[in-house]
Amino acid sequence: MKKIAVPLIAIIIFLLFWEALVWVNGWPNYKMASPSDVWPAFWKFRTLFFDYGWDTLWRTVVGLMLAVVVGVGLGMIMGFSRTMRDALYPLLVGFNAIPKATVVPIIALMFIGQHDLNTILIAFMISFFPIAVSVSIGLSTLEPEYRDILRALGASKAMIFWKIALPKTLPEFFGALKVSVTLAFIGTNLMEIVSPHGRGLGALFDSGKTNADYPLMFAVLIALALLGIFLYYIVVALEKVFAGWAEREAN
Amino acid sequence: MKSGFIEIKKVSHTYQTQTGPLPVLSELSLSILKDSFTAVVGPSGCGKSTLTRLVAGLLRPDAGTVWLGGQKVEVPRATVGMAFQNPVLLEWRTILQNVMLPLEIVKNSFSVRQKKERATQLLSLVGLSGFEDKRPSELSGGMRQRASLCRALVHKPEVLILDEPFGALDAFTREDLWQVMQSLKEKEPFTGVLITHDLRESIFLADQIVVLSDRPATAQYILDIPVKGPRSLDGLYTPEAIGMLNELRHQIKIAQKRRDSSA
Repeated sequence: MKKIAVPLIAIIIFLLFWEALVWVNGWPNYKMASPSDVWPAFWKFRTLFFDYGWDTLWRTVVGLMLAVVVGVGLGMIMGFSRTMRDALYPLLVGFNAIPKATVVPIIALMFIGQHDLNTILIAFMISFFPIAVSVSIGLSTLEPEYRDILRALGASKAMIFWKIALPKTLPEFFGALKVSVTLAFIGTNLMEIVSPHGRGLGALFDSGKTNADYPLMFAVLIALALLGIFLYYIVVALEKVFAGWAEREAN
Repeated sequence: MKSGFIEIKKVSHTYQTQTGPLPVLSELSLSILKDSFTAVVGPSGCGKSTLTRLVAGLLRPDAGTVWLGGQKVEVPRATVGMAFQNPVLLEWRTILQNVMLPLEIVKNSFSVRQKKERATQLLSLVGLSGFEDKRPSELSGGMRQRASLCRALVHKPEVLILDEPFGALDAFTREDLWQVMQSLKEKEPFTGVLITHDLRESIFLADQIVVLSDRPATAQYILDIPVKGPRSLDGLYTPEAIGMLNELRHQIKIAQKRRDSSA
């Protein structure tokens, strides 16, 4: 009860504070829309919100899944082979250092008009790095004794991976996935905002901008926040299921 | 001459390090009888752990051979159980599941129920009844090490290799575990090899104590302990035991002196 009430009250106080701030300063809604402007804006475009919200959601999820597959693959390669780590690490760091906002127009031009593909690609590119690094560190820092207890019994490399390396890396993996899910979401929106005639909440945000519909832009921000929270807690729930053992009781 | 169950014959091993070759074992020979318990002591870094890895087949010697039950050791074999200073229990498994781990790797004809029975029985032998469903993080260091011993023995290995298993425990817990180890020795048939820094531990548990010289190590001195059967902690304070302790300490000093003069 208290667990739900406390954050709920905090949200209500935040909204009241926001409303009061706009009201006291007498800001017009093109400077700062208030929560009472946001709801009508949402209601007016509610079907678009759900359609485009779905677009943003599935593109982010597909991009993130791609990042998981590629990130875990790269992480395994770098985690098991010292040479491969030395070879790939600088490349990855360099790639990661490029601000992804600059890659967005390049990708948009490369696959012009293919909004789904573009968006998924950016979501993937921006989010695989933390996964690759965490998996490779998790695997390469596996204490030799862990390997030895199975090796001494004649276990194969695949067996050692399944029984020990993989489960032992799961907490690090989920830590990275929490970062990656937020990044992928940013990537999706970057592309949706930039590519013309697109779909998704980013496109809705952009149309709010071109039509000077400021309450709509704020409504999109709120919708994005809700979607982001939803995605984040999905990952948290998965973590509880697959790596709940890593959580220690606080006593 | 009676030949041992574990025969180490003129084994030499050198590690290739960044600062050049580092010879750790030099023509080391050792014979260990079936179902006996051998403790290996020696100066720090003299190659004791290398010796256990050779016997376990985790490492192949540069020269010489290791024989186990009449077979040459070239790869790891399921007839060996190992426990280390770090209990390396898997945090995502319960204690019972941890103990059962080797049975998932080693080929055996046990049913799931028999595996559980075997693990539960071993856990009760070391005083961990009632902790089967706990996670390793809920146990104390000594209890984790007990579970680790159960895991090393669950598949009924012929050889049990212990690499300083009690080294990280406090003195009282350590003495408890010596007694646990002694009762395991009575109930479970295995040939034991114990690496230790604790001379009293070696006298309490072993039938034969090997003092290794400093690197590159060879068997410098072998002490046979005449006492058969279970021992008591009080036995460590008899004149005979103190005499043995002094002799071992003297031998280790000789081993260290060799290092000082060569350094």
